[in-house]
Order: sequence, then structure tokens, then C-alpha cells
Amino acid sequence: MVITAAAMPTATAQDSLLKVEDLSISYGDKTALSGVNFEVRRNEIFGIIGPANSGKTSFLRALNRMDEFQHRMSVSGRITFAGRDVSSIRNLYALRRMIGVVFPLPVGLPLSIYDNVALSPRLRGVRTKSKLDAIVERCLTRAALWDEVKDRLKSLGSLLSGGQQQRLTIARALSQDPELLLLDEFSIAVDPVTTMRIEEVLKGLRDEMTIVLVTNLVQQARRLADRTAFFLAGECVEVDQTEALFRGAKDQRTRDYLEGRFG
Amino acid sequence: MTSIESPEAFDGHASVFAPSANERKALSVQQLLKLGFLAVTLLLLIPAAAILGVLVWEGAPGLTWEFLTTKPTDNGAAGGISTALVGTVWMTGVALACSLPLGVAAAIYLSEYARDNWLTRTINIAIVNLAGVPSIVHALFGIGAFVYFLQFGKSVLAAGCTLAVMTLPVVIVSTRESLQAVPQAFRDACWNMGATRWQTIWKIVLPNSGSGILTGLILVVCRAVGETAPIMFTGAVFFRQFYPSGLFDKSMALSYHLFSVSTHVKGVPAHIPFTVALTLILVVLSMNAVAIYFRMKLRGSKKW
Repeated sequence: MVITAAAMPTATAQDSLLKVEDLSISYGDKTALSGVNFEVRRNEIFGIIGPANSGKTSFLRALNRMDEFQHRMSVSGRITFAGRDVSSIRNLYALRRMIGVVFPLPVGLPLSIYDNVALSPRLRGVRTKSKLDAIVERCLTRAALWDEVKDRLKSLGSLLSGGQQQRLTIARALSQDPELLLLDEFSIAVDPVTTMRIEEVLKGLRDEMTIVLVTNLVQQARRLADRTAFFLAGECVEVDQTEALFRGAKDQRTRDYLEGRFG
Repeated sequence: MTSIESPEAFDGHASVFAPSANERKALSVQQLLKLGFLAVTLLLLIPAAAILGVLVWEGAPGLTWEFLTTKPTDNGAAGGISTALVGTVWMTGVALACSLPLGVAAAIYLSEYARDNWLTRTINIAIVNLAGVPSIVHALFGIGAFVYFLQFGKSVLAAGCTLAVMTLPVVIVSTRESLQAVPQAFRDACWNMGATRWQTIWKIVLPNSGSGILTGLILVVCRAVGETAPIMFTGAVFFRQFYPSGLFDKSMALSYHLFSVSTHVKGVPAHIPFTVALTLILVVLSMNAVAIYFRMKLRGSKKW
């Protein structure tokens, strides 16, 4: 993607990677998000918490412009990513390459472990074996999986255990060299030990990229997120510094949710 | 209504597990039906076993290497069947070469690109209907479209194309189903990575739908080898002592040869039609066996 001078992020927008303005999403007559506003800054971990059906996943889809594949999904409002309105981006493939996504259920593609991680670089046109080797080792190492699989890189990634597959998915997302890493309830199918390992990985990645962490575990948000947004029934109720939110949320609904009174 | 919900059971007087009259009836119906279904299934095996038995009994003595490799003489009343065998291979080959790529391409479009709208639904209905068209109608279409309109003449090419049109729906349906058996999550993962639809199809979807494509291939071969009507007007000849010289040449074919030696030719030794039929069945079965072997190998290696 070529960023023209006019589209270059301005100095004030520099520390804001992602800006969501009045975003509404609906599928047919079912509304998933209605009028959401928030901002994600560069190199922060931004937590999104909220009960099921609060529109968290829909937001991720809209950001990655997956409406191309979801025919009944309609998006209004504005998402600005890296200074560009995503709805004006023609080269969606470049946009998606800049955003790595980790799904709730681990998806090991039916390729070898090596090919799983090398897939994205290959799609970008990296062909040299030594470069690919280096990327695969670096990404697997950073996803805390290298030691477990370095002797069997040729075996199928889709047959690893759930926790290993989720780390493989993270390694694959890292191989895209993303600006932004989106994690959608990554720990839902992962054991607690692996969850803690992945959380350590995420803390280490904060210096290099921005992370949006959608989670149904409020304590996970508290452990990791710099700032946290609370979504409820398609509405963004409150956004604040994580500690401030947990110590004294302004909205009664947020307090109730954080204290476990519902959801 | 089960006995658990009846008031006696809750009182604790009657045993919960004692069958009620209703349940006894249901159980005996279930037993009867199970036996009935089994009997019908076994009954269906009888014709298959009988056909194969008679063919082997009557035809096997005549089935020699010499019979397969020498040319027929006396309108098929003597000699072998080599020109018919070769002609069948040509026609089947042409049919495969046309219908596999076209069918797989159509299946990819329908499964991976098409939206669910009236056009797609119409196409799907058309495919189902095409599969139900009688083969003699395909033959007439073949004459009109390939022999005359495209001026292929009565030739191996025209016959193969007619067979291809006839088998196309089968290829499309079996391929589409195997494409759709690849989990959607794999596509989502690839798309989110910035892969185009085609990259996703090429890297992930197609390599994992080989078994369906092979099934399509088996079905094409079986039907193409066995059909008589579509080729008898479009490229197969009654008797010929030459191998086809090219795609635009006519040829004999096994299925048509079987038809003519059993009905038209005078003075055919009694065993010859059986031997030709046995050859035909063996060709189909051996093709099937090869494809089934590969399919099992593909399926055997669990990928997810």
C-alpha cells in the first residue's frame, strides 16, 4: 500500500493508531454495534471486555474489512487505521496483512508447522529459504512455541494440541509483521498454563506493536491492558485506564459487570 | 408419552423400567423393521452377485490376453476386441479431459465465489436437472452441438465431448461437496492474513478436497466407459479394424460393441458377448479400485 502525502498521519494522530467514530454494525435487521467511539494508541494493549453478544467480535470484523466475505453485514461510521479511513482502502489485502488476528478457537491450517508460519511471508512474495527459515524461527520463538516444535517442523500444524495451535496461530499472526494484533478471546479453548505463557508473550510484544485484546475474562484485561473499554449490548459504555476502570468505574453497569453481578 | 411421566411411576409403585404397552409395541415394530431393512439390503445384493457370477461363468474362459489384443474380424463374430478397447480408452480420455477441469472450475465458483442469490440457485437447479437428463437425449444434443454445429463430425472428439456434458453435473456436485467439507475457519484464517480468495483456494481448500475430485473422476470414468447411447450417434462405429488415427477419427467402443455382438451380428459364438461384457465390467472395476485406493490414502491421512 502506498501512503500518499495527503493520507500521511498528522502529528497529532501519530500516537493514535486506530480511531473509531460512531461505528454501527448490523446483520440484516439485527444490530451488533450501535454508535461506538473510542481510540487505540500506538504500543498499548487495549482491552475490550463485555458479556457475549456485546458486539466485540463484530468490531474486529469491521476493522479487518471482512464485510467483503459477510454479505449481510453492513457497517456505518468511521474507522481510521494508521491515518486512513478503512472504508476508503482499495487494497484490503495490505490492510489485513497489517492486522494480525487470533481467533477464539485455535486454527492450525492443514499445513506443516513450518508452512503455517511461512504462509504469510510467502503470500507477500518472500521466496528465499534462509529468509523464510529466519522468520519461522523468530515468530515461533516469540510465540513461545519454538522449543516444543523445533524438531518436528514438518508435522501438521492442525494436529498440535489446542494450546500449541493457539500459539501457532499467534506465530502466524506475527509472521505478517503486523502493526496491530487483534486477539479475540484467545484463551477460550486454552488451558490456564498456556494462557499465562501467552500473556507473558503479549507483554513482551507491547514494545513493537499495538494489541487489541477482546476478552471475557475481566481479570485478564486487568493483568494486561493499559486501557480498557466495556462493551454492553452493542454499546461502548466506558473507556478508561484499566486501573481507573477497575477501581472506580463511572458507569453503574460497568461496576456491576466488573464486580460479577451479571455477565 | 413415556412411563416416566405417568403418575404411577412417580408414586414409586410401578417399576420405572417396566415397558408399557406402548413401549412393547414400539420395540416389536423396531425389531420387525430392522429385519425388514436387512432383508431388502440382502435382496439387492442378489442381482449384483448374479450378474458378476454369470459373466465370470460364461465369459471368463474366453478372456485371454490374445482376445484383448487382437483386432476383431467378421463384424465381431471372431477375433478379439482390441480396436473397441482402445476406442473406449480414447473416448473416456477425451470425456475426462473436458469434464474434469470444467467441472472443478464450476464447482470452485459455486462453492468459493458465488453468493447465495437467485442466479446461484438457478444454476444449482440446472445442474441437478442436467444430471437427470436421459443419456439418449444427451446423444441427440451431442449430434446437434458437436457433430454438426461445431463440425467435429462423427468422431472420438464428438463422442468424448458428449460424454463430458453428460458427466459434468456429477463432477460439479461431488467436487463442490468436498470443497465445502473444508472447514470455514481455515478460509477465515487465510483471509484475515491478507490472502486473496484464489490464494486461499490454491493453498488450503483444493489440496484438502482431493478425495471429492477423485470421486468425480471415478464416476466420470464409470459412466463414460459404460454408456452406449451418447456415443453410438456421435463417434462409435459398428465395426472397424483400425485404431483411431486422431481426435477427428471414428472408432469402435466396448459398450457399443457389446450391444452389436449381442443383437445385430449373426453367427457370434455364444461366449463372446459375455466375454466383452466381462471386459467392460473389469475395466470399470479396476478403474474404481485404483481411484478408491488413492481416495483411501488421501482420507487416511487425517489433516484436522
